[in-house]
Amino acid sequence: MARGQTTAAQRKSGGAGGKSAPTREELLEYYREMLLIRRFEERAGQLYGMGLIGGFCHLYIGQEAIAVGVQAAKRAGDQMITGYRDHGHMLVCGMDPREVMAELTGRSGGSSRGKGGSMHMFSTEAAFYGGHGIVGAQVSLGTGLALANAYRGDGKVSWAFYGDGAANQGQVYESFNMAQVWKLPIVYVIENNEYAMGTAIDRSSSETKLHKRGVSFNIPGEEVDGMDVTAVKAAATRAAEHCRTGNGPYILEMKTYRYRGHSMSDPAKYRTREEVDEVRKTRDPIEHVEDLLEKAGWADEAVLKAIDAEVKRIVADSAEFARTSPEPDPSELYTNVYTEVQA
Amino acid sequence: MTDILMPALSPTMEEGTLAKWHVKVGDKVASGDVIAEIETDKATMEVEAVDEGVIEALLVAEGTEEVKVNSVIARLAGGVGAVAAPEPAPSMDPNPQPASRAEAKGDPVRAAVASSTVPAVVLRDPELPEGVSLVKVTVRDALRDAMAEEMRRDPDVFLMGEEVAQYQGAYKVSRGLLDEFGPKRVIDTPITEHGFAGLGVGAAMAGLKPIIEFMTFNFAMQAIDHVINSAAKTLYMSGGQIKCSIVFRGPNGAAARVGAQHSQDYGSWYAHVPGLKVLAPYDSADAKGLMKAAIRDPNPVVFLEHEMLYGQEFDVPEGIDWVVPIGKAKIRREGTGVTLVAYSRMVGFCLQAAEKLAEEGIEAEVIDLRTLRPMDTETIVNSVKKTNRLVTVEEGWGPMGVGAYICAKVVEDAFDYLDAPPARVHQEDVPLPYAANLEVLSMPSVDKIVAAAKAVSYR
Repeated sequence: MARGQTTAAQRKSGGAGGKSAPTREELLEYYREMLLIRRFEERAGQLYGMGLIGGFCHLYIGQEAIAVGVQAAKRAGDQMITGYRDHGHMLVCGMDPREVMAELTGRSGGSSRGKGGSMHMFSTEAAFYGGHGIVGAQVSLGTGLALANAYRGDGKVSWAFYGDGAANQGQVYESFNMAQVWKLPIVYVIENNEYAMGTAIDRSSSETKLHKRGVSFNIPGEEVDGMDVTAVKAAATRAAEHCRTGNGPYILEMKTYRYRGHSMSDPAKYRTREEVDEVRKTRDPIEHVEDLLEKAGWADEAVLKAIDAEVKRIVADSAEFARTSPEPDPSELYTNVYTEVQA
Repeated sequence: MTDILMPALSPTMEEGTLAKWHVKVGDKVASGDVIAEIETDKATMEVEAVDEGVIEALLVAEGTEEVKVNSVIARLAGGVGAVAAPEPAPSMDPNPQPASRAEAKGDPVRAAVASSTVPAVVLRDPELPEGVSLVKVTVRDALRDAMAEEMRRDPDVFLMGEEVAQYQGAYKVSRGLLDEFGPKRVIDTPITEHGFAGLGVGAAMAGLKPIIEFMTFNFAMQAIDHVINSAAKTLYMSGGQIKCSIVFRGPNGAAARVGAQHSQDYGSWYAHVPGLKVLAPYDSADAKGLMKAAIRDPNPVVFLEHEMLYGQEFDVPEGIDWVVPIGKAKIRREGTGVTLVAYSRMVGFCLQAAEKLAEEGIEAEVIDLRTLRPMDTETIVNSVKKTNRLVTVEEGWGPMGVGAYICAKVVEDAFDYLDAPPARVHQEDVPLPYAANLEVLSMPSVDKIVAAAKAVSYR
């Protein structure tokens, strides 16, 4: 679906529902954050091709507007938790790109000191709780973070991200049920990129409008143009307000698209080159922000170029750090299995 | 004339309280009329007449405690049936007195197993501090007391699970906790093990200290992904950043006549996993002291209880903050002839076997593991160096089991001290059968332990 063909719900999300039109500074910040994710992921893909990154590596390219838009609506202390396509979320949470890239290369400078890998990074400081490799696990865990928020009455909201594939896991609905029964402050952010690995959503899901999946739990949900960062932010702001005023959980289905394969080893034979190109041409989230800047007369080329240069520098620096950071000391093998008991 | 018998409320109930008579002598009753209420520490039930007639005699006074199951509580005149024991609920064992039944049938194996449900040996606990008085407490209440004490001590501790609050616990382990701590800290969940285990782990990652009750560990298989992938591994995967202080607890192993899906021992499953601590206490003092240690521990702890031990009373130190260290086995009986190693309910079986062996001149040393991970193999190895013979006992299956691991460690660390190949007593390699005789054949028993100990002693 091309931009300009959005549904009424999407228009509502991005338009009338938004509190206010974004400022120049906000748009430039979205642009910078999304560009950072994209360039970071492109470099990660390169490093993977060079053999510096091993195992699984799931790139976020195409979906940048979601993490960036939600981050813009989050408050300090709100937790974020996601699955294995997690690099973008970590970058927007404020984790150091060096540490993220060095974790991808399995080095001691990585955020988990090389022991987690692409799918398993965390930061208590940034309230980022992973980074989970079991599809759907983050939904229950994220609901548990919300349980802790309710228990403490601290006003924090938990943001649990999952894809259209995880949307078919049983524990998602177990969590929906408890979250609504106990009115837990959690926003379920479904990143519907249309493919669960290689299975198109209409081949896997009897109800493909995933925001409706909360209906039988009385959880409100809405469909959002996940390629439009301003629509994402507006919807996330509404959802957070719903949670913070004690109304329980909220579902946001972000309609998006992943440009790359499921993981680096995915040749993506289940869709056509044309389909991908069409999305890139007509719905790209970064170009959308450029359009907004241009229409508002804010697209100062020198400013955008400066941002591009800064992003390139950060990514290059991260890659260099990740390449040169030493491997973990063998003594790390047996650390962090247990937390030492304080006497 | 028809005898009305004391019914059983559960497969493991042996006695109960006759709380109230709803009829008096001379009353006419019809089938289905409620004639009495009976209670145990776990449940209350109405007794219905299953025949019509006139109440001829009430043989047990209202309020009488410890009325044995299947004893005659009333007589009905005019009934046509020869025996009219009130019918227990469909899931309940209609023959809840295996001991008397087995003895009546003259089946020595069954009698041995049945009688071994009652601890015959009471040993002084060598770890008790001087001057501390002891009180008799059931394992059930010891667990409850431990949770209550820790909840008073730390506001971050809460209990969550099916039927833990208003129902007071499916096995009444959480009795009274809702009243004291309220619904915020004693949380009834839907029947949704995978989900609430995940919520518990998430809350623990956020710094709370949940106690997650599984109604039994059999149901925890729905949740084992979160126990292992989320709770046990995240500290490591996060380079030490995300701690997970959580206790997963509930009954484990076989109760009686509840069939294959409700009777599994998960000791070896969880003890296999780095990042978990796994506890399986036998008596009340250890149940209490280890539960308190588990709640305080900053790591995920799997706490395996046993339904058959819940109602048993043992000494518990009174008036002190009783915490038993995790990772330390306990020598329950000293001996030089053979080392018996067990955990949970099987410790009681081993103590009984040791008495029988003593009659035949074999002094067994009985080691109660208490903790399966990290396992105190040092105590086992030191014992084997003394006795030169080893028998392991567990309710789980043999292959890849706890006993298999112990044997491997002893072979590695005390090979030259062994005078015989070690023996393992465990459940037979089949799903646990329902039929009473097959169940007995499948489970470890005192006689099987005695036989194994004699075999390794070449006797």
